[in-house]
Amino acid sequence: MSSGTGVERTEPGAAQGSAAVDTAHELDLYRRMLLIRRFEEQVYLLYLRGEIPGTLHQSQGQEAVAVGVCDVLQRTDWITSTHRPHGHALAKGVDLRAAMAELFGKATGCCGGKGGSMHLGDPSVGMLPAIAIVGGGNTVVTGLGLAFKLMKTDQVVVCFFGDGASNEGAFHEGLNFAAVQHLPIVFACENNLYGASTPFHQTSLVPDVASRAPAYGVRGEIVDGMDVLAVREAAGRAVAEARTGAGPVLLEFKTYRFAGHSRGDVRGYRSRDEEAEWKERDPIVRLRERLAVSLSEVVLDNTDAQVEAALDDAVEFARQSPLPRAEDALTGAYATVIGKESTP
Amino acid sequence: MTVAAAPANGERRLTIAEALREAIAEEMRHDDKVFLIGEDVGVPGGFGGAFGVYLGLTEEFGHDRIIDTPISEKAIAGAAIGAALMGMRPIPDLQYADFLFECMDELVNQAAKMRYMSNGKLSVPMVLRCPVGTANRGAQHGQCPESYFVHVPGLKVVCVSDAYHAKGLLKSAVRDDDPVLFFEHKLLYGSKGREQAGGMDLTAHVPEEEYFFPIGKAVVKREGTSVTIVATHMSLYRSLAAAEELARDGIQCEVIDPLTLLPFDEDTIFASVRKTGRLVIAHEDTLTGGWGAELAARVAEECLYSLQAPIRRVASHDVPLPVAPVMEQTVVPSQARIKAAIQRCCEG
Repeated sequence: MSSGTGVERTEPGAAQGSAAVDTAHELDLYRRMLLIRRFEEQVYLLYLRGEIPGTLHQSQGQEAVAVGVCDVLQRTDWITSTHRPHGHALAKGVDLRAAMAELFGKATGCCGGKGGSMHLGDPSVGMLPAIAIVGGGNTVVTGLGLAFKLMKTDQVVVCFFGDGASNEGAFHEGLNFAAVQHLPIVFACENNLYGASTPFHQTSLVPDVASRAPAYGVRGEIVDGMDVLAVREAAGRAVAEARTGAGPVLLEFKTYRFAGHSRGDVRGYRSRDEEAEWKERDPIVRLRERLAVSLSEVVLDNTDAQVEAALDDAVEFARQSPLPRAEDALTGAYATVIGKESTP
Repeated sequence: MTVAAAPANGERRLTIAEALREAIAEEMRHDDKVFLIGEDVGVPGGFGGAFGVYLGLTEEFGHDRIIDTPISEKAIAGAAIGAALMGMRPIPDLQYADFLFECMDELVNQAAKMRYMSNGKLSVPMVLRCPVGTANRGAQHGQCPESYFVHVPGLKVVCVSDAYHAKGLLKSAVRDDDPVLFFEHKLLYGSKGREQAGGMDLTAHVPEEEYFFPIGKAVVKREGTSVTIVATHMSLYRSLAAAEELARDGIQCEVIDPLTLLPFDEDTIFASVRKTGRLVIAHEDTLTGGWGAELAARVAEECLYSLQAPIRRVASHDVPLPVAPVMEQTVVPSQARIKAAIQRCCEG
């Protein structure tokens, strides 16, 4: 529905009852969201145990956005992601074992151990190594869109970014350039209300990122990011527009990260009441309840068990995988080194 | 890729601007993945880029391949990088190298690192042309910022000073799979810099037939046995002019144009220093942390026992650039300063 400002707002729950996907498809959406949730929970424990080096930015609570958006993409479509990329990677189809091994810093990781948590990605499934500079993807994504336009393919690219990125110059330059070139891009803002610890309302006088879209001649839409079916429906429309040359589109998903910004964040900047309110809207719990109407508990429990088994397998794979060769750190920065092929 | 022999004296002489235009046109004809993107590059009735290098190209290649953009350097660089990641070969243009600082994230965090972070699955084949150099434009339109980028693994940095190498290197850069920053001096595009360059002819022989000059290879512009001078852009021509003067005093300068600053052709320079035992480095980039410091360090590490005198650097003084010509010429390396440095180096 139109709010009269050029920004549309899909009411929470509007997609409930939509017949856009059948029960088997809904069950698959549930399975994929649960996989992300359990992946995040598992890797946090593995991190605490010292098996995963570095740091982690986790996406518990935001699974519906990753899964709902990527569900309407083709394998040949692309996404760009952020410092919080685990969910996007798994949703776009990065191999679970290779993703886990990458977090472990193993040679079998999807980036050979050179990327790690913040640069998870795999070009073979249409995901750039995640760009961990806030707003960094918002300009690079225009080049993917421009290439698809120049090569006359019907591919689209989705740029995931957070509310924090919307105050970066890159957000504005990328959106304006994409608009003026009519590029096949969906800008997908995950507004989880906080840039690290700072509330979005302290950083912007306009409460909705989507309301910036009309200023660039772009359609903006606010979507319930805690409802995977609503996400899927809005993303489906936006991707279809982008694919047919009517893009770009800016979607703003209102969502919430249940975890802290990164490891060791005790979330002192937000109230437990607020967290409880959002957890009431847990996208995985909501979809499970909806599925329980038509499916037996046994079917759902079996799905949960499949997810656990896949994760156990991935963790074991990562543990057993070899470390990268130390000397490989010194190669791979260049495609050609004074006429010699580098061996990444 | 074939490497042409050193330019002979032939009938066809071009300016750098003409040579660059010819290189771009040839590469655009050769590969439809090559395209231009930037500010004022193809506007009908416009400038053909800030320095006229693209004049006439839109008529041949059209607006699909010569893409005018907003004044939006982050978007231009981002668009070029993203398109390159998808297999295109963009030539982005920001008008002045000073504006590179507007898109440092795209260049340093994205373009330079995507290949490494993806473990070699991606590459960023693009050439960013960067006009540099003092020309009475003051502090924000005359810098020579190439040294910033010499510090970035994943980038390649080229500095061209004559039409022959400009064309051969630009063609190699377009076909290279890595991101190349291609630095050109504004006073060397045509013949306007002639007087300041010591009255030298800034056109060069450019063969009609196709040729390439490899990235990562320096050229000896003048052979000599007394002292090695490594210099780029205007400093190269001032060094050559100083060398002419010093030859009358019996000082035979070997003048080398490094052409590529990253990766650096150490072999050519080390061989020269081992022969002459003396090294002077001249560049218009500022002194502190300039690429001359890196070269001096490498020569000290590898050729110290060949040196008969301390290495001397001549660079712009460590101040922003002023406009008043008398002040500006005090800041940048003049022929007199370069000559004095060479003489001092040869005294030791």
